Amino acid sequence: METRLLRTDREVGIIGYGAYIPRYRLPATEVARIWTGGEGETPVTEKAVAGPDEDVVTISIEAARNALARAGNVDPALIRAVWVGSESHPYAVKPTSTILAEAIGATPYVQAGDWEFACKAGTEALQAAIGFVGSGMGRYALAVGADTAQARPGDALEYTAASGGAAYLVGPAEEALAVVEGSLSYVTDTPDFWRRAYQHYPSHGGRFTGEPAYFKHIAEAARALMEALGTTPADYDYAVFHQPNVKFPQTVARQLGFKPEQIGAGLLADRIGNTYAGSSLIGLTAILDGARPDQRILLVSFGSGAGSDAISLRTTEAIRERQGRAPATQDYIARRTVIDYGLYVRFRGKLRV
Amino acid sequence: MRDVAVIGIGQTKVGEHWEKDLRHLALEALQAAMRDAEVERVDALYVGNMLSGELTGQEHLGALVADFAGLRGVEAVKVEAACGSGAAALRLGYVAVAGGLADVVLAVGVEKMTDATGPEATSALAMAADADHEVAHGLTFVALNALLMRRYMYEYGYKKEDFAPFTVNAHANGMNNPYAMFHTKVTPEAYAKARMIADPINLLDSSPVADGAAAVVLAPADWVRGSGKPVVRIAASAVATDAVALHDRRDPLALEGAALSAWRAYGQAGIRPEEVDLFELHDAFSIMAALSLEAAGFARRGEGVRLALDGEITLRGRIPIATMGGLKARGHPVGATGVYQVVEVVQQLRGEAGANQVPDARVGMAQNIGGSGATVITHILIRET
Amino acid sequence: MGLPSKNWRLRNQRYRLVGEICEKCGTPIFPPRDVCPECEGPAQTPYVFSGRGEVYSYSTVYHPPAEFERYAPYTVALVRLEEGPMLTAQLTDVAPEEVYIGMPVEMVTRQLQTEGDEGVIAYGYKFRPLIR
Repeated sequence: METRLLRTDREVGIIGYGAYIPRYRLPATEVARIWTGGEGETPVTEKAVAGPDEDVVTISIEAARNALARAGNVDPALIRAVWVGSESHPYAVKPTSTILAEAIGATPYVQAGDWEFACKAGTEALQAAIGFVGSGMGRYALAVGADTAQARPGDALEYTAASGGAAYLVGPAEEALAVVEGSLSYVTDTPDFWRRAYQHYPSHGGRFTGEPAYFKHIAEAARALMEALGTTPADYDYAVFHQPNVKFPQTVARQLGFKPEQIGAGLLADRIGNTYAGSSLIGLTAILDGARPDQRILLVSFGSGAGSDAISLRTTEAIRERQGRAPATQDYIARRTVIDYGLYVRFRGKLRV
Repeated sequence: MRDVAVIGIGQTKVGEHWEKDLRHLALEALQAAMRDAEVERVDALYVGNMLSGELTGQEHLGALVADFAGLRGVEAVKVEAACGSGAAALRLGYVAVAGGLADVVLAVGVEKMTDATGPEATSALAMAADADHEVAHGLTFVALNALLMRRYMYEYGYKKEDFAPFTVNAHANGMNNPYAMFHTKVTPEAYAKARMIADPINLLDSSPVADGAAAVVLAPADWVRGSGKPVVRIAASAVATDAVALHDRRDPLALEGAALSAWRAYGQAGIRPEEVDLFELHDAFSIMAALSLEAAGFARRGEGVRLALDGEITLRGRIPIATMGGLKARGHPVGATGVYQVVEVVQQLRGEAGANQVPDARVGMAQNIGGSGATVITHILIRET
Repeated sequence: MGLPSKNWRLRNQRYRLVGEICEKCGTPIFPPRDVCPECEGPAQTPYVFSGRGEVYSYSTVYHPPAEFERYAPYTVALVRLEEGPMLTAQLTDVAPEEVYIGMPVEMVTRQLQTEGDEGVIAYGYKFRPLIR
């Protein structure tokens, strides 16, 4: 049988990684206070909110600088692709990726492009970067997943739609802090979440988002990858799944046979919310911050529309010296200023003046 | 070089002139100055103005003002040096008369600011700073001065309320100037409670946005000597520059342009700071008053505020400043201010300052500053006996 | 007004703190000016600054120009870069009462201003307290 894996011609890995999470936090109780009179359970404790001068470009730049700092002395001029996946690019037309490429000094001989696939856009860029480097088109490629997610005021998504991002510098396996063991992608046309052109806020399929969308795609992608690689959940030290809330990734992990301690390090939704294209990728930066050499990590993203990318990684000796070269994911999570709903509305441009 | 005298002065009240536009403000001041000088024609007209294009959509003020003043045909140009535009126009008039290129010259400073909204005026005034490296980062003119004030307080250990005497003095003097914008006393308590504009600068540290025009007529001093009229001679006229951006200055608190300008002027006039009887300085903000006093040699470094606290800046003090209200209480119609300052020095030297008369004033100095200290123009005037 | 071309021209200094160094006397220069402020010789060799520095002075703007109303109140500062030059920038991710003279700060790239809803977004350097 032809493999379902997305195979590369040579071994590739992650050379550097970096996260960025904005400073502001909106407690879920604030959303509840305004829209439900404070009644009912909330899906997370709080979410990260971008400040008034932040957007996907600025988030990508800082995450990418952290990735480059960890990579050490990689000359940015050797990066041949800069790709940013997001559903909240600040321009409808004009790439985020060229601004990022310029800011990190990668211009002008570099492929640049923006990717869109709801919350899967970031891993999509990462998977493409793996292929790009794996085929030998370039020595290094930079992939970013970042969002400043917007939700209609009062919508269930408003508790969780958050801001943040992560960047990965992909390169040859011999320079990697984590080697890619294999990856695959699993997509169908499942309309559980969408945003039409010129609309500010997305719409979603409510309960439909659960079983046929999130759970089906993540589970199928994870099982197919493990089957192709001949691994089982017990072979993994860590797993990270897309986290639109706290319950979904916990549930899908249980369904697949992962234990809570395998997903604990990467499960951040309770404290930062759902950073969409950044969600599973920031979970992975948090895991890498604490991982030891020769540990195995499974990452499965999910994006509405719908699809999942699954990637299996194994850390190398190089991870030790690179972890400390840039701020850790938890440093950003600890940097925290709580805002109320009024300031949130102003920061996120929900107030038209 | 010929000695140059101020033979006529004129000014409009500073304030909100809803009924008057730019050209009529200029006309009012200019006609008053010509009447005072008893002249009907001039050889040249220099118009000091900073913001007419930005705030009123009108440039080309030289020809416009000349035309509406009934001086069609005369040599006339606009002069711009940010808030120093007024004194810059006067300086060009001085050069023309001293050099013998013209005999009777009119210098008028005019600004019409109140048609603009607050944020529009804030944006326009910021054009005096470095557009790419200060203004593009959200700096306002007030903020630039606030950066200076904060650092000054830090380096010399002053408290916010220590700056109150500058405002209290300016408003006390403005009470008796019919041309001043404000006729309200300010107490140290009111100063302490004033609304913050850009921390630590509050509303009462700041000079107001205003409309106004002032004019002087210059002529060779020999023309008026022996006429029986008081002869007020321009004993020095000096321009100096510094980096436009604060961050580019060698020492932001030193106001090197102001020092250079003042000491050049002392050299030209052949006097020392101690001989100056009054100093119309550029108190656009309280901190500017302190730094100017230091740069011009009236206080040592870090002691400008001390001088004010000691009461030495009042009409009876060692160096009276803002004797007719200064920029703070008379008002600061930016491009007109430098001419107002000289008009007020002439009033003092002629003995026409009324209740604000500095006794036996013989030597008066005016210093007009463009930007946060990048163009500084100092004039020293001496009454001949 | 002319924002796209103006920002584009300044992109290296705005995005990456690319200044200059005087080949003759070794003075690092920011913002770049092509002439050394110390020895007045030509200085056009690019020099990338580290982005670390400390607050020389600061103020909070409560009454911004029209283009910056969206971000108000915001804190501005004179920042002394560790290489020597001083620059003017906004401080971000910090409450006004947390700022002090001498505070160590680092460069980040943020929105400087936007030309309404339809125009370009200008990005450039701001400074913030160290993350760690």
